Amino acid sequence: MILPFESRLSLGRRLKMSYVAHLRCKECGKTYPLTPRTVCDVDFAPVEVDYHYDRMQGNVTRASIEAGPRSLWRYKDLLPIEGQPQAGLRSGFTPLFKAERLAAELGVKELYIKDDSANYPSFSYKDRVVAVAITKAKEFGFDTVGCASTGNLAHSVAAHAAAAGMKAFVMIPHDLEEGKIIGTLVFGPKMVKIQGNYDDVNRLCTQIADKYGWAIVNVNLRPYYTEGAKTHGFEIAEQLGWKLPQHTVVPVAGGTILPKIYKAYQEFIKLGIVEDNGPRMYAAQAAGCNPVVDAIEKGLELFKPQKPNTIAKSIAIGNPADGFYVQQVIKNSGGWGAAATDAEILDAIKLLARTEGVFTEPAGGTTLACAIKLIQSGKIPANESITVCITGNGLKTIEVLQGQFVTAPAIPAKLAAFDEVVAFYEEQAAAAVSAS
Amino acid sequence: MSQTVKVLIPSALRPQTDNQATLELPGQSIAEVLAALTAKFPELGKRLFKTENELNRFINVYVNDEDIRFIDNLNTPVKAGDEVSIVPAIAGG
Repeated sequence: MILPFESRLSLGRRLKMSYVAHLRCKECGKTYPLTPRTVCDVDFAPVEVDYHYDRMQGNVTRASIEAGPRSLWRYKDLLPIEGQPQAGLRSGFTPLFKAERLAAELGVKELYIKDDSANYPSFSYKDRVVAVAITKAKEFGFDTVGCASTGNLAHSVAAHAAAAGMKAFVMIPHDLEEGKIIGTLVFGPKMVKIQGNYDDVNRLCTQIADKYGWAIVNVNLRPYYTEGAKTHGFEIAEQLGWKLPQHTVVPVAGGTILPKIYKAYQEFIKLGIVEDNGPRMYAAQAAGCNPVVDAIEKGLELFKPQKPNTIAKSIAIGNPADGFYVQQVIKNSGGWGAAATDAEILDAIKLLARTEGVFTEPAGGTTLACAIKLIQSGKIPANESITVCITGNGLKTIEVLQGQFVTAPAIPAKLAAFDEVVAFYEEQAAAAVSAS
Repeated sequence: MSQTVKVLIPSALRPQTDNQATLELPGQSIAEVLAALTAKFPELGKRLFKTENELNRFINVYVNDEDIRFIDNLNTPVKAGDEVSIVPAIAGG
């Protein structure tokens, strides 16, 4: 029986073929099938997932996204999975809000915070990339997942692996913050502390992936894993009312997120889901590890690797594999970059908490501190829309705020003693006002 | 007898070294060691080098766990017993 056209169209949509096409080298363009892969065989450049955007036209729309679940999987059609999601079913869809008090303090008109410190289940943007990676690991038939991590990834992999019933090995630099270590161990992974920095850990993990045949999410599943970062950008656009911010400030560690947020914006533009208002991207790094921003500021074609020395450990990657692509996006979008000292990072953490009630970790402090510098220098106009991307939660890095706060000593449970404390705090506040 | 150093080959490059994961090669600098490597395996040389004196930027070379870019790039000296690792670029986590 031949179905009428409308029924055939509807049936086709229900049987929906995946929109995922192949992997493609970002440098030489060589294509590869959709199997685990770290880099291109020819030139070791990163490989990217390509999609059948032509098939998406008219099918992937605002309406189709709005009909999806209240999680990052509402953007499933633009993610590299073949079947149904198998991890991170409650991840993503984090708050984006207008930061009125912070904007007033900075003297800007329209400032938004995209808050992945609230992500689920591990309170960082990593839940996005891990949700995709674990789904792919299951699709490929792996039973063990692993990662090289500066902390947030290990936490996320451990949590998602536990929920997905997979074994997990997490490799971290030995001096990571205690909160991240304990918060990861509770999910039951095997943790290996490496005597070195993150670059040393990652180097070892490429050898582990080779030898043990595990799904090291940010090594041999990297092309799929990184696509999850796009959902941070998709959500920004949807939550702003299907509009792109004119300026987006993003922390740069390995260089994954910033180009992927830009890719997300460009995919929405290509599909006619948002208008192209020429969104500009800005790189934020710590002054103690700023290879990409240094290259941007000096107009270098290629960044020079550095040895990290900063409290912002989660973005302390001295030799970022995707650093060149961050430079490219900054140049193509007309953006810029800035770097913040450790003192500026801590001040920004406190500022965000004090004005908007959001407690972020040093990576988030870095992003806000750099946004402030870019606004003060005029690189980001004060009267245009700005989104600051907060990628992790401050409760995991409590140590960095040791000694930052003054409180009154403990008092007996007497009202008179309490009155003295109130007077103490009023004197402090008055002293702070006259000092400024 | 010329000194040799141990060179570790990542799995991605082993098809070009007849699947050998470690090699003993002569040289007193990274440039000399890599020249010996590419003389033995020319196909590997095409992947390691962008131009004659410029490494592919997605390849990192370490001498005893120290990136050569922090020492003296291709002029980095090596001595007998050193371990040279060739590793694809570091990705984030």
